[in-house]
Amino acid sequence: MISTSNLSKTYGQQTVLHIEELTIPKGQSFGLVGNNGAGKTTLFSLLLDLIQPTTGHIENNGVRVDQSEDWKPFTAAFIDETFLIGYLTPEEYFYFIGELRGRNKADVNALLAQFQDFFHGEILGQKKYLRDLSKGNQKKVGIVASFIGNPEVVILDEPFANLDPTTQIRLKGIIKELAQKEGVTVLVSSHDLLHVTDVCERIVVLNKGEIVKDIQTSAQTLKELEAFFAGEEQLSAIQQE
Amino acid sequence: MFKRLFDLQWKSFFRSASFSTGIWIKIFMGIGALYFAIIFLAMGFGVFFLIEEQGLGDPLRVVNQYLIYYLAFDLGFRYMLQKMPVTNIKPLLYLPMKKSHVVHFSLGKTIVSFFNWSHAFFFIPFSIILLTKDYGFLNVLGWHLGIIALVYANNFINVLANNKDTVFAVFAGIFALLGLSHYYNWFDVTQYTAPFFDMLYDIPVTALIPWAIALALFVSAFNYFKNNMYLDAGLAAKKAEAKTENLDWLNRFGNLGTFLKNDIKLIKRNKRSRTSVIMGFFFIFYGLLFFTGAIEAYDGPFWRIFAGIFVTGGFLFSFGQFVPSWDSSYYPLMMSQNIAYREYLDSKWYLVIIATVISTFLATFYLYFGWEAYAAVLVGAIYNIGINSYLVLWGGAYIKTPIDLTSNKKAFGDKQSFNAKTMLLSLPKLLLPMVIYAIGHFLASPLVGYLLVAATGVLGFAFKNKVFTLIEKIYKKEKYKTLAAYKQKA
Repeated sequence: MISTSNLSKTYGQQTVLHIEELTIPKGQSFGLVGNNGAGKTTLFSLLLDLIQPTTGHIENNGVRVDQSEDWKPFTAAFIDETFLIGYLTPEEYFYFIGELRGRNKADVNALLAQFQDFFHGEILGQKKYLRDLSKGNQKKVGIVASFIGNPEVVILDEPFANLDPTTQIRLKGIIKELAQKEGVTVLVSSHDLLHVTDVCERIVVLNKGEIVKDIQTSAQTLKELEAFFAGEEQLSAIQQE
Repeated sequence: MFKRLFDLQWKSFFRSASFSTGIWIKIFMGIGALYFAIIFLAMGFGVFFLIEEQGLGDPLRVVNQYLIYYLAFDLGFRYMLQKMPVTNIKPLLYLPMKKSHVVHFSLGKTIVSFFNWSHAFFFIPFSIILLTKDYGFLNVLGWHLGIIALVYANNFINVLANNKDTVFAVFAGIFALLGLSHYYNWFDVTQYTAPFFDMLYDIPVTALIPWAIALALFVSAFNYFKNNMYLDAGLAAKKAEAKTENLDWLNRFGNLGTFLKNDIKLIKRNKRSRTSVIMGFFFIFYGLLFFTGAIEAYDGPFWRIFAGIFVTGGFLFSFGQFVPSWDSSYYPLMMSQNIAYREYLDSKWYLVIIATVISTFLATFYLYFGWEAYAAVLVGAIYNIGINSYLVLWGGAYIKTPIDLTSNKKAFGDKQSFNAKTMLLSLPKLLLPMVIYAIGHFLASPLVGYLLVAATGVLGFAFKNKVFTLIEKIYKKEKYKTLAAYKQKA
């Protein structure tokens, strides 16, 4: 579904991302982990053509994202609050996204009905604009909006951050189902190793812009990841001394 | 403690984003401030002689008579423009610092505000003139100090009444009524207020009264703030109750309707855009200056075209000029959603066109000034639709300053308007039609001039697809730069 070749992004002297080759097959739930500044958001922004690669390119279902806009109909994302329109109510926002994706109100309502649990009664019919919702509730709106219109690729940056435990667990279920039952390619980044190993079939570890691990998730994965990140911490501690 | 707070204030002032704007803006603002200072100074020195010359009576008494209106205006201005000291208190709340210190400091900050000391430009020279004209020294001193106290009383009234729109509306209504009834000689409020101001002069000791009032207001403002220094009380941001709106009638326009619905909500629900559109609306009346012959310099024939462009182009200039910036806070969404660039630009274009057509209808009252006046308006509308709508969108591609929708700051004279490229693009918006008209006017007749300008507009309209392909290309080229620029908050 998604393939990159010789992809890199450089700001001045600093290379923030350099990936020789990465292929994500259709229907995979793909996890991206790494410390701050590892290049997770950079990779997602490149995927959405929000920034330009310095070298190389990305193909999304055969469409080169930096040359054509044809990837937009089947790709949805929630990166941060800049994907929300603050002066709309949640309902209006969902309908707006729905209309852009060729879904009428009834379609959108039917989809929203599936997420009653997830919303926990705090989103719909609240007489509040998105800008006045709490960070967590804003996030819920953004995540659910990215499911509207049966996209084939869903990109979520740090979806678990800011969410309460109940919602985190529900979200994990939703993401798993999307990938397994509906064949949606889901790309998720997170700082929470436990969540990613729970949700993703495959986990890629980024460090300073490069892929350092590419793991098919198994029972040992969490241990392996913890060892990796703890080790890195110790290593840098020694280097500092 | 105060030193630290002062230090913070100092940094927040000099490091604020608006302070680090270009040198030109600073020069413009400096000139503006200087202008007002000079006007006030000139009034302070001149008003005495002016009143004397007009033979209206004792200048001091005359000033005293109108002082009540002066103070009322001052209060109105403060309400609209003076910022409240509550901002930036939040991070201090939990620090080991007495609340009374914080409140004292915040209120103290308002004391040195421009809104207070700007009055000195008028009252100090006026008092000096009074002294040179042999008014009693102690009397003038008493009067002067009394007025200072009243200015400060206004300051604290404003602090107390802040954000209470109903209070302000009632107040403004009463004074508008008083002003009207004074004008029509029904009732003269100054008869009752002037004696008070006179008293400050006649019996200098009475200046203590306004000082007592100011002090009392300070204490109540202090208490009010101290008691309301909680996140859910005085420091809470006002939240409007939202209602979901149904603009389904726009659905018939397909994808275009989707954007139009959004833009209507954008305009209705955000302070900044609302102000812009209201400003744009008042442009309709701009032509009155030209067609009524109110200003002689505007009587030339080309000025009619100039007026026509402005009358129908209010929305185009006030809203259209900043086109992608309105969506700056969610631009990444627009760029990654299932939207083709063409459609996005198209919807903005239609919005501008619809507004221009509406303005043209609203401007039919110019028929009163003869068919030529309305012809100028119509021609201006055609040119706006055919040429200026493209130019505005084109210029928008180069505007990279995000707009903070929720704040009204910078709504007037934004630094964006000083972007060199947009400046260059505004030349053909206004000058070109005037030149075209001049050619027709001098070679043949005014009618030919009008026809030429209109023809240019129609020609532009005919090439819409071509032009849009061009504009789309520019937008695509600038997309990444724009995205990066919007990321840096205003």
